[in-house]
Amino acid sequence: MSLLDIRNLTVEFATAAGPFRAVEGVDVTLEKGEVLAIVGESGSGKSVSMLAIMGLLPWTATVTADRMAFEGRDLRELSPAQRRKIIGKDMAMIFQEPMSSLNPCFTVGFQIKEALRQHTDLDRKARHARAVELFEQVGIPAPERRLKAYPHQMSGGMNQRVMIAMAIACNPKLLIADEPTTALDVTIQAQILDLLLDLRRRNGMALALITHDMGVVAETAERVSVHYAGQKVEEQPVEGLFARPFHPYTGALLAALPERATSRRLPTIPGVVPGQFDRPAGCLFAPRCRHASDICRARRPEPLGPEMGRARCHTPLTADGNGVMQPQRMVTT
Amino acid sequence: MLGFVLSRLLTFIPTFLGVTLISFSFIRALPGDPIIVMAGERGLTDERYQELVRQYGFDKPVFQQYLDYLWGVLHGDLGQSFVTKRPVWDEFFSLFPATLELSICAMIFAVALGLPAGVIAAVNRGKLPDRALMSAALVGYSMPIFWWALLLIILFSGMLGWTPVSGRISLLYYFEPVTGFMLIDSLLSGQKGAFASAASHLALPTVVLGTIPLAVIARQTRSAMLEVLGEDYIRTARAKGLSPARVNGVHALRNALIPVVTVIGLMVGTLLAGAILTETIFSWPGIGKWMVDSIFRRDYPVVQGGLLLIATMVMIVNLTVDVLYGFINPKIRRR
Ligand SMILES: Nc1ncnc2c1ncn2[C@@H]1O[C@H](COP(=O)(O)OP(=O)(O)O)[C@@H](O)[C@H]1O
Ligand code: SF4
Ligand SMILES: [Mg+2]
Repeated sequence: MSLLDIRNLTVEFATAAGPFRAVEGVDVTLEKGEVLAIVGESGSGKSVSMLAIMGLLPWTATVTADRMAFEGRDLRELSPAQRRKIIGKDMAMIFQEPMSSLNPCFTVGFQIKEALRQHTDLDRKARHARAVELFEQVGIPAPERRLKAYPHQMSGGMNQRVMIAMAIACNPKLLIADEPTTALDVTIQAQILDLLLDLRRRNGMALALITHDMGVVAETAERVSVHYAGQKVEEQPVEGLFARPFHPYTGALLAALPERATSRRLPTIPGVVPGQFDRPAGCLFAPRCRHASDICRARRPEPLGPEMGRARCHTPLTADGNGVMQPQRMVTT
Repeated sequence: MLGFVLSRLLTFIPTFLGVTLISFSFIRALPGDPIIVMAGERGLTDERYQELVRQYGFDKPVFQQYLDYLWGVLHGDLGQSFVTKRPVWDEFFSLFPATLELSICAMIFAVALGLPAGVIAAVNRGKLPDRALMSAALVGYSMPIFWWALLLIILFSGMLGWTPVSGRISLLYYFEPVTGFMLIDSLLSGQKGAFASAASHLALPTVVLGTIPLAVIARQTRSAMLEVLGEDYIRTARAKGLSPARVNGVHALRNALIPVVTVIGLMVGTLLAGAILTETIFSWPGIGKWMVDSIFRRDYPVVQGGLLLIATMVMIVNLTVDVLYGFINPKIRRR
């Protein structure tokens, strides 16, 4: 049994201009203790799909799925109160902006102890001791004193450590980290990532890491899923993905890396991710794809088999990465 | 914090001087001679008139009169009422508890209903509870106080006979003031029914005076909550698995209170203005009614001293609000 098993996740927002599908038919599976990297340009629905799993989307969002299981329990069948027993305890999430993610009106000590009070039977003193211990674990110096500080009195890196301490307070089985280092200084970024990987090794939790940094992906992830315009377009073990991408979008991402291992930013590809009003009828990547053909523009591709990285493409890349296979051979079942 | 309070106290000085100047000029700008008004129907002889003019110092240049007045104020002397001959200071403090009691009750009423109303409206944004509450707030805000008071009097005093229409307590009860607050004094007196009588006298004026602040607080709370509910830290609070009651009532409301407390502080002035009208309608023996009566009597010292004391109260309340603000918003406190 997988830790997390999500099938055909779709999220639609009701907007003033009508419904907008931000996530379309995404599958997510995670095994216990596994590190999954999720990559893709801004606006490709990475955050929204993870927030949907956490149940944190605003009321304008409609979430549907064929299956939404965490540890074998269907999240959709739980009452809101039952779901809150899992959120923040077995399944936790940290966000991109540590400075705005902590409540400015309460000390960080109050905020971390609140998580402990919500999910454990610890008394006041035990909660305090545990908070100190957690701060030590995430490398916050002088934890006793820091517990009394307010978020605005600390740096972004320290606040992100607080967020991490809060997220791991109840030893979650899954930690979702949504671009946890994007807002931080370059020197701090590496520290925070090392901390996350270290914690996941020690606590044996699974880690879903949303990132823009292909270098990080190469170093940390076991599996990579590539998202584009609300869809998952490819998923492979990390070695396979770097060695042999199947989807032209993945190929373009990798090709645009000047020196694969040294460039740390997600490379840029000409054009933009389609938004609410310019969603193509066929393949969502067709307007930017070098290999687009008539069938691409006419029909939306279904995912291929696992041996093809589940790529959503009518004509996946050939082994040299330059050509594409013949469309007629690739018609999906 | 102490430095902050001291620096704020320094800024009181120009305001204080300004208020003395304005109240001094305002009452003199009104047509009518206080000596003639005092004499009333009987009239005065010329000699007597000149004598009084000299006695009150009206023969001196206006500027000199102002300096004399200011000199007295600086020595804690606000002068005596032309009418009752009692020191302004004494009159003010014998009447002030009545106004304070009414204002406090009105504010409690406004906050106790306004905060939850604003929170409920924000949490149910766009749905029926939101629309109903905000329409009610709009009506409450735009209703003329006089008319609203009359409606309530007709319904509760006239048709239902539940509440009296004037005064602070029924004439059946008499006791010496201890705190000056009728609700407390009536309890202390131990007389049966005194508290109920005081409370029923207070009910309508409280509602009338509290309605506009209630509407303002409800609307301000709603908009502050809406802003706060979209913040990242609210998502973090929900990600911890906290209940909606705790997310909205603790994490969101605490942040939303920052602008709301400011508005409450700013409303103290509005409240005192409303008190003047409310006290007049309900014959409530407080400083509002006292000020109105004194203006009609051209009782210079009372109007000057009363306005000055009211302004001082407002300044003190605003300072208190600023200090309170610091406690609610840690970012300000630590600066
Ligand atoms: N609350 C919302 N209402 C409407 N649209 C939203 C909302 N949140 C996100 N979106 C849209 O959903 C799409 C995916 O966003 P997101 O998941 O944040 O992308 P990313 O992959 O960069 O994390 C974007 O086009 C974004 O504008
Ligand atoms: S389906 Fe066609 S347009 Fe889409 S990615 Fe594949 S080749 Fe490109
Ligand atoms: Mg995102």
